[in-house]
Amino acid sequence: MPQLPKDETQDVAGQPRIGVDDWVASKEGRTEGHAGALTPLREGLDRISGSARLAIVVALAAIFPLLTESDYLVRVGVNTLLFALLALGLNVVVGYAGLLDLGYIAFYGFGAYVYAVLSSSHFDVHLPTIVSVPVVVLASALLGLLLGLPSRRLVGDYLAIVSLFFAQIFVTLLVNSNRITPPWSDQAVDFTGGPNGIAELDSLGLFGWEADSITSLFYVALVVFTVVVVGLHFVSESRTGRAWRALREDPLAAEVMSMPINRLKLLAFAFGAGVAGLTGAVFAAVQEGVFPNNFSVTLLITIYAMVILGGVGSLTGVIIGAILITVLPEVLENPDQARLLFYGLVVLTLLARLRPWRRLAAVLTGTVAFGLVVHAVVGAVWSRGTAGAILEPTALTRWIDDWVLLPSSPRTIGNVAFVVLVAAVLGLTLLRGRRRLAALVPVLYLAAFVWENRLVDEPSITRILLLGALLVVLMNARPQGLLGTSRVEIV
Amino acid sequence: MNWDLFVQLLVNGLTVGSVYALIALGYTMVYGVLKLLNFAHGEVYMIGAFIGFGVLSLSGGAFELSISVVLLIALMFAAAMVGAGLLGVVIERFAYRPLRNAPRIAPLISALGVSFFLQASALLLFGAQFRSYDTYEYVDLTRGIHKGPLNISIVQILVILTALTLMVGLTVLVSRSRVGKAMRATAYDREAASMMGIDVDRVILVTFFIGSALAGAAGVMVGLVFFSINHTMGFVAGLKGFTAAVVGGIGSIPGAMLGGLTIGLAEAFSAGYISSTFQDLIVFSILVLVILVRPTGLLGKADIRKV
Repeated sequence: MPQLPKDETQDVAGQPRIGVDDWVASKEGRTEGHAGALTPLREGLDRISGSARLAIVVALAAIFPLLTESDYLVRVGVNTLLFALLALGLNVVVGYAGLLDLGYIAFYGFGAYVYAVLSSSHFDVHLPTIVSVPVVVLASALLGLLLGLPSRRLVGDYLAIVSLFFAQIFVTLLVNSNRITPPWSDQAVDFTGGPNGIAELDSLGLFGWEADSITSLFYVALVVFTVVVVGLHFVSESRTGRAWRALREDPLAAEVMSMPINRLKLLAFAFGAGVAGLTGAVFAAVQEGVFPNNFSVTLLITIYAMVILGGVGSLTGVIIGAILITVLPEVLENPDQARLLFYGLVVLTLLARLRPWRRLAAVLTGTVAFGLVVHAVVGAVWSRGTAGAILEPTALTRWIDDWVLLPSSPRTIGNVAFVVLVAAVLGLTLLRGRRRLAALVPVLYLAAFVWENRLVDEPSITRILLLGALLVVLMNARPQGLLGTSRVEIV
Repeated sequence: MNWDLFVQLLVNGLTVGSVYALIALGYTMVYGVLKLLNFAHGEVYMIGAFIGFGVLSLSGGAFELSISVVLLIALMFAAAMVGAGLLGVVIERFAYRPLRNAPRIAPLISALGVSFFLQASALLLFGAQFRSYDTYEYVDLTRGIHKGPLNISIVQILVILTALTLMVGLTVLVSRSRVGKAMRATAYDREAASMMGIDVDRVILVTFFIGSALAGAAGVMVGLVFFSINHTMGFVAGLKGFTAAVVGGIGSIPGAMLGGLTIGLAEAFSAGYISSTFQDLIVFSILVLVILVRPTGLLGKADIRKV
């Protein structure tokens, strides 16, 4: 190979850098004018080095159980770590290698079940953690390799649907593998415990120490998380990591550059599956049991939302996405906090989107005035319209009670209003300029009406609604996620 | 061999198969013009079933029907088809059109989001309980063809005939009409079609309307034959419908019909002769087998790509 002249391989001021397209690299900077509030955040994060970022996150997480007395909050912390781990694993397959793997959740379930079988009284096998966890990781990675095989021939959508089907089959198998007669014996064997799952698992432990409290499990999860983040960071910076990204950007070009694309795809699947299996083992130990409905497609979508919200391919982004999406539903459970979250989010969104501030002030005052007028008019002509009330009033809700219509038995009218609201929000995206501003006022009021009358009482449905809407809105507004960098296509 | 069982399974398979075929048509048409896997299609079918149920409730409910049965069923189909069709158009306009030139993964994720949004909306609006069409209250299910081993209830006849009519109508529309010609041109090459003066956006909207309307009809059919509907019914049916489209060869309209019947029959026979718990597994095996042996599906054409 001929040697390049030395000065061309180095960064010289004023000279183009090798391997970097300056036009692409500066694309974000050129469009910064309307990038909004996220750009300073991302720039601030970029200034902190990766290891410092990890140290801050781990240090904050490590003191978290010391700050709180409640086991429940620590449990939320464990869940956040587990979700972050799952998102990190998915990020390898989707973010680095660009393979749309919708069967990911099955690897998580597989890991959890393998751990359950190896450390419970189900088959009376009680392996020590130091044996069972590596076995789980290897088995999951092997399964990932096996299920990655179709990816050799399937691309994009086909792969997505085959893997989604696999996730569906996996749950069916879990539920039905409780009376299988293996060929080598006459008796039916209960492999998975059927719909009841496997309970009373051993806890994780190492050399005689056992993680028997939720706080110690939190630290176990934190250690696993740190190890995985560091490991993934090195993988991502390695030759293989670069090859994955090349594969994601253009499989054909990667193949022409003599990259072994099939082996890379399988490796990505195995890697993601290994991380998922490991997370599954920790999850099984935390829950002290595994059940088929732990591994539903809803969970899969939640993890996808985390990866996409944070920014596909960005480690920091994925972790932030995981934290946001685990903590927000917890907030939704409590109506008071959910209310604060809702109005806070509305005002924040307006703050970010409406410039100059005079418009923002006009819309906010307009909405408040509109609500007061509607409330007064309806209160005068239709007494049922204001008959309802918020239970356990606080200062905020007393104010809302005088502003939002709260009919008695709001179910039907709330449903109608929900459909109208969806239509109105969609319609709003078609309007421009002053008309949009004018239309915004009643739509905001309608949103508050639907929220107070219908959504606040249904936290689990609201969560899925918000997740679904989040995916659509994000794909339309910012496909690269909060912290991802946008992709530039050069034709 | 037990002929009674065989014939019964054949009839069941044809009924389920025609429903799958209708769902598969929507997938295949959308995939044809947009090269997009419309994950939300199964939910459109579910909403169609609920619109049919809404018509039933508005006409007094199954027990105190205030209009004639023929009118009721006609209204159910009409409302479900128009409602589902409009829903499909709205989905296309707001969730897919802005992403027409985005990386391929973006519309897929958006479609997943739509699917979840619709499912949660149905849960919010209609509740989690199963609703029943209670077809046996207003249709005499003992009527139909009963000769020897052959037992087809009148509802099954209705379903199979309606599906057949819709498929024939669609084939004629696509092969004979101007819109159909425009659709075929768009599916062949969207850019070239738009240069030939075809309003591609409109063609895509029409495609979505027709595909979704067929799914809506399928939803009503399932309600009439199997009675109970629920907000989660769209997910698995969507998977099966997509499988049918792939088995038949995605992008091919006769392929979707053939694929739907194949999947329906395979499911019915595996439920009858092997085990009903593993029928999903068998459908999945067929999908994997077809994809591995003949990735273009039974009637699909190979996609030749030159770089």
